[in-house]
Amino acid sequence: MTADRQTLARAFQQMLPDDCVIYREEELVPFECDGLSAYRRIPLIVLLPTDEQQVAAILRYCLEREIPLVARGAGTGLSGGALPHEQGVLLSLARLNRILEINPNDRIARVQPGVRNLAVSEAAKPHGLYYAPDPSSQIACSIGGNMAENAGGVHCLKYGLTLHNVLQVTLITISGERLTLGTRALDGPGLDLLTLITGSEGMLGVVVEVVVKLLPIPERQQVALAAFDDIETAGDAVAAIIAQGILPAGLEMMDSLSIQAAEDFVHAGYPTDAAAILLCEVDGANEEVSDEIMRVRRILMASGATRVMTARDDQERMRFWAGRKNAFPAVGRLAPDYYCMDGTIPRNQLGKVLKRIGEMSQRYGLRCANVFHAGDGNLHPLILYDANQPGELEKAEHFGAEILELCVAVGGTITGEHGVGLEKIDQMCTQFQEDELEIFHAVKAVFDPLGLLNPGKAIPTLARCAEYGAMHVHAGKLRFPELERF
Amino acid sequence: MADRDDSPNLQSAVREAWSKKSPLWLVGSGSKSFYGRFTQVGEVLDLSGHRGIVDYQPTELVITARAGTPLREIEETLYAQGQMLPFEPPSFDSGGTLGGAIAAGLSGPRRPWGGSPRDLLLGVKLLDGKGRILKFGGQVMKNVAGYDVSRLMAGALGTLGILLEVSVKVLPKPQEEIGIRFTASPDTAVTLVTRMLNEAMPITATCQNGDEYALRLACGAERVKQILSRYGISPGGQLPDTFWSEVRDHKHGFFSHQAPLWRLAVPPTAQLDFDEPVLSEWAGGQRWIYSHRSEEEMRSQAAQQGGHAMLFRGGDREGEVFHPLHPRIAELQQGLKRVFDPRGILNPGRLYTED
Repeated sequence: MTADRQTLARAFQQMLPDDCVIYREEELVPFECDGLSAYRRIPLIVLLPTDEQQVAAILRYCLEREIPLVARGAGTGLSGGALPHEQGVLLSLARLNRILEINPNDRIARVQPGVRNLAVSEAAKPHGLYYAPDPSSQIACSIGGNMAENAGGVHCLKYGLTLHNVLQVTLITISGERLTLGTRALDGPGLDLLTLITGSEGMLGVVVEVVVKLLPIPERQQVALAAFDDIETAGDAVAAIIAQGILPAGLEMMDSLSIQAAEDFVHAGYPTDAAAILLCEVDGANEEVSDEIMRVRRILMASGATRVMTARDDQERMRFWAGRKNAFPAVGRLAPDYYCMDGTIPRNQLGKVLKRIGEMSQRYGLRCANVFHAGDGNLHPLILYDANQPGELEKAEHFGAEILELCVAVGGTITGEHGVGLEKIDQMCTQFQEDELEIFHAVKAVFDPLGLLNPGKAIPTLARCAEYGAMHVHAGKLRFPELERF
Repeated sequence: MADRDDSPNLQSAVREAWSKKSPLWLVGSGSKSFYGRFTQVGEVLDLSGHRGIVDYQPTELVITARAGTPLREIEETLYAQGQMLPFEPPSFDSGGTLGGAIAAGLSGPRRPWGGSPRDLLLGVKLLDGKGRILKFGGQVMKNVAGYDVSRLMAGALGTLGILLEVSVKVLPKPQEEIGIRFTASPDTAVTLVTRMLNEAMPITATCQNGDEYALRLACGAERVKQILSRYGISPGGQLPDTFWSEVRDHKHGFFSHQAPLWRLAVPPTAQLDFDEPVLSEWAGGQRWIYSHRSEEEMRSQAAQQGGHAMLFRGGDREGEVFHPLHPRIAELQQGLKRVFDPRGILNPGRLYTED
């Protein structure tokens, strides 16, 4: 045990109940990574406060001693955003897990950050209400983590991201002040700081309370599953549905490798001979859903679907979705390891992007399955590799980086919903110019002048970008000569 | 006026203002000049010449346009494809530009169901206070790379940057929308509409003015009949479509009182205590009140309910028209102002005395 660790443990034990301070090496190990397990670090100490006063006291202490601090929710994040700092505190918000209020008249819930996403909907259910954002990890992931990442889900085309479903947050700043951003109404006075906090990956403050909107549970949901023998035809079908003025609650696409994997894993009833499938869900009042699903069916057939099935009952509907929602672990069974990417592209670029990913897959000699939030252009290529093969992880990372740069080149972004964290920090240099990165650093400094909150994540230093740029050139030639560089 | 890229002129105007440290007063079409604080200092910079739709592919559900493009042009283009700006922005005096709509952050009757400018804004190209052209966000629906700086521009009233180009999410216009009116006391109406909303009825606008309640439903006539009978509403007639734009643009008869006009944003079922004329929208979430009461009283009523109050039109426009901020939040806001506009030349004092 290092001296620092002991001193810190003693100091925090005076501030917090004993079981809230974790400092023995073997007990620290479970906290060494989040959902991106390729990166691991043992923090100096883990703290598990039980109320916001304790959080404020911890932050004040860290500021005074200039100790880095990384906040962590449920640890399901996929970009290493909650990867600990070796010289710092890992602040777990898991024990701030109370639902403080459900108000069915104003359709809001007030919850602590450690509350699980799905638990909000479960608590609202007796009132016929639910919380709309539903990331695939919703059984485990926490509202605080959702805030940090601006989490989405399969229904965000119609119901929005976390940003669209949060009214107010209580934030503890690095100096331990408690600030309330937003209001219990639909807007607030002054600059909309809530938008800045949402998705800020724990870089600006620590969220200790969130007021979320609740929506009425739709009377009925119905899903159509369409098979295509060509992935571009499936992409065109998505455009056709939207051109007809339909706003599906969910619109998801899977390619043949993910279809096969999902079918083997959960027996969802997917047509395994298809090159692509589309899942299109509509929701609302019974009558409207009946009309709309018929229209969806007609459009899908007219757009070249080889087969369209509509779920006969809710059980079948859940089964269709189970395939999609389990696509990551299903694909994960195909290889010892997989690496999940998260680019967003303008939807009309899908065909081109998938073709290029196919070419990269050949070149790197690594298989890649694609699942796609087709409604909002968010692509999740899953690169299969074996970490025990020397060099394969590195190859997978290069493959992934190349996909993200392609997303930027076609007018998209390097991350749609998983965040930058540590994983995509180099690709930030591709997406943003020096002046823009400088603004990000200046914004950070307004909230956290000493840079103690989650250091090294989300926003690359200009020096790092310069190095990254140089690396590209040294490799012989630019990987994407058509890309703008700086 | 023809489409034009006026950004070189705007950029040199800002660079000049930066070097002279002389403030600029930003004006689009001028339709919202009554809004915010009156502090007109420095030179007027006309943004209306920078106009034109840059990119619009209906199936992508995104429109990108130069900020000076008239709202009317945007809306006509979208309507032709069966789409709309979901936040239904007000168009005071029939004017307004897309950039102005975003900068003011105001939404129309569809707000609780369609979202607000900050909800729909996907990306911006802006001129900061040093005259640099910066891009944040993009044209895609989901984007969490970097801080969400673009959305910070919504409602900032130009104090952080001059919007050059904005990308906004658009949505299909409902195939049918029918407005009806009925008579109900405010209390009865709140209970009824809360029930309808909790049961997912397709409401897309509400307006309560005294005992008169107006409701817009996104469905066909048959379904409207069903819904009305299910909730025991006896309709007092169908409303013309223009009803909603009149409320939105403050052309409705209610908006002709002579007192200062306050806007309170509160939780939908908040109970406020006013004898003055009140018009309530957004299922109760937005209340318009003509009142001579003190600023403190208006603010404390809103704040007690978890909302806020702004002096929307009239009254003392050199004082604080927006709800006062917690001192530490005001400091953060001022810090951000210095990041984007270090010399304080962009619309200084339009939001707060010290912004």
